[in-house]
Amino acid sequence: MSLDKSTLERVAYLARIKIEDSEIENITAELNNIMKWIEELNEVDVENTKPMTGVSNESLRERKDEVNDGGYSDKIVSNAPEKIDNSFTVPKVIE
Amino acid sequence: MTEITNLGVTETLEGLNKKEFSSEEVTKEYLEIIKNEKDLNAYIHYNAEKSLSLAKLSDERRAKNKALPLEGLPIAVKDIFCVEGERTSACSKILENFIPSYESTVTSKLWQAGGVYIGKTSMDEFAMGSSNETSYFGSVINPWSKSEEKLVPGGSSGGSASAVAARLAPIALGTDTGGSIRQPASFCGTVGIKPTYGRCSRWGIIAFASSLDQAGPLTRSVADSALILQNMAGFDNLDSTSVNIKVPNFLDSCSKSIKGMKIGIPKEYKINELSPEVEKIWDEGIKWIQDAGAEIIDVKLPHTKYALPTYYIVAPAEASANLARYDGVKYGFRKEDTQGLEEMYSQTRAEGFGKEVKRRILIGTYVLSAGYYDAYYLRAQKVRTKIVEDFNSAFSNCDAILTPTAPSGAFKIGEKNIDPITMYMNDIFTVPASLAGLPAMSIPAGLDSNRCPLGLQLIGKGFDEETLFSIGTIIEKSANFKSI
Repeated sequence: MSLDKSTLERVAYLARIKIEDSEIENITAELNNIMKWIEELNEVDVENTKPMTGVSNESLRERKDEVNDGGYSDKIVSNAPEKIDNSFTVPKVIE
Repeated sequence: MTEITNLGVTETLEGLNKKEFSSEEVTKEYLEIIKNEKDLNAYIHYNAEKSLSLAKLSDERRAKNKALPLEGLPIAVKDIFCVEGERTSACSKILENFIPSYESTVTSKLWQAGGVYIGKTSMDEFAMGSSNETSYFGSVINPWSKSEEKLVPGGSSGGSASAVAARLAPIALGTDTGGSIRQPASFCGTVGIKPTYGRCSRWGIIAFASSLDQAGPLTRSVADSALILQNMAGFDNLDSTSVNIKVPNFLDSCSKSIKGMKIGIPKEYKINELSPEVEKIWDEGIKWIQDAGAEIIDVKLPHTKYALPTYYIVAPAEASANLARYDGVKYGFRKEDTQGLEEMYSQTRAEGFGKEVKRRILIGTYVLSAGYYDAYYLRAQKVRTKIVEDFNSAFSNCDAILTPTAPSGAFKIGEKNIDPITMYMNDIFTVPASLAGLPAMSIPAGLDSNRCPLGLQLIGKGFDEETLFSIGTIIEKSANFKSI
């Protein structure tokens, strides 16, 4: 399975990483190289093997669905590159 | 080099207990040497005022006979742990100005045990690298470098390993996802342990691959690592994968006999890329353990060669999800003057992340995307199960496994960063234990032909760090390794 330029463009869009036209060829080649190496995994017989989804055998803990934290929105926005009062701001999306 | 900074964790605490010096004096010595050794680039940030005021508070507690277990001990922190009020960037441009408003569980436990924050050490960007060359703040130098030839300290915890080896800290914290504590420990001649997954809380550690990330110490002796891990480990409600299990006394394990133990040697680790010097040290390690009364047996880990490609699907997949949060909105860098929201996201991420990080996000996004998920991600998860089964079956016959930590010693800056796969090969021996969540430790065992350190790796059963400390102490004594 090889990764072509249009697949790379789609993946870059999904990852929200802008790739300049001049970089596409190089990155495609580089990623293909890595994916080719990874295809070694096709040699392994995994027919009756369950996928490992977590390290621990225990199921995840549950907690009560209740508010136990909060009241510090000023702290939460303190690192925002742009903010108005205690809100994050983004470039305008509706004209 | 001053006398105080030559002391390890245990000796520093002894000196403090005997009132030979105060924490303020120790802290001043370290701040001075950190300032003088800037060329190594091991630290990216420190705050002398904060460290000295913490040291004074520590001295006050000691004066009132209220000394805590690590009272007054300076501790360096990899730049991936959130330290309240101190810039925490994971050595990425995208987090260049991030000031956490909270403290990671592990660091918080160490401060509660009397530790004194001494500074932030460099690392590969978001812990993605094996040479510390991907740090936004520049390469770190291995203190074992001879004058002309600058060597890498390993990575990703390269700043921590370099700092501990060069006496810029008695202990530094690291994190290990695929070898990021053990490989730099091997390259710099320090001890480093990655505990069992779930042993230390991941809360407040900037996430890379959440099913693999673990915190651990880098020190100059096995006993020092035991003492620090003791104070880092423990259940934490804030980490959903933290395991509620008693933390044993690791220091006691350091003096336990290994007589009658069975140590497994996997022939699958004798790969073509293994340097003869490493193989020689491995053979010596086997002999040291035998001399101490343990039995050496052969074990089979047949899926070893698939561990690295499995890792390079699982870790990037998890990273692509974890790093989705860096979007220029909530914190960190935002690209100015872009057209609309979509462009702001994609340009912020294009400029904020370095090359290796972008490479891994793209791979991760690809292997999780529709049409490719089953062929790559699901298959890798299944091979991961096979790797765990290998270890389960090996550990039904032995107590621990001995391997080299890395296929070679430290290499030159710039030597291996052209081809990604060449760089990935550094972690070929450390990644399997990571995928299985097992504890593993690197102990300095000898020198290569460049007179640079080589480490041996011990892999243990889940939550059996104690055996690693017992055998690690034997290797340490037998190797009689002289740190720089």
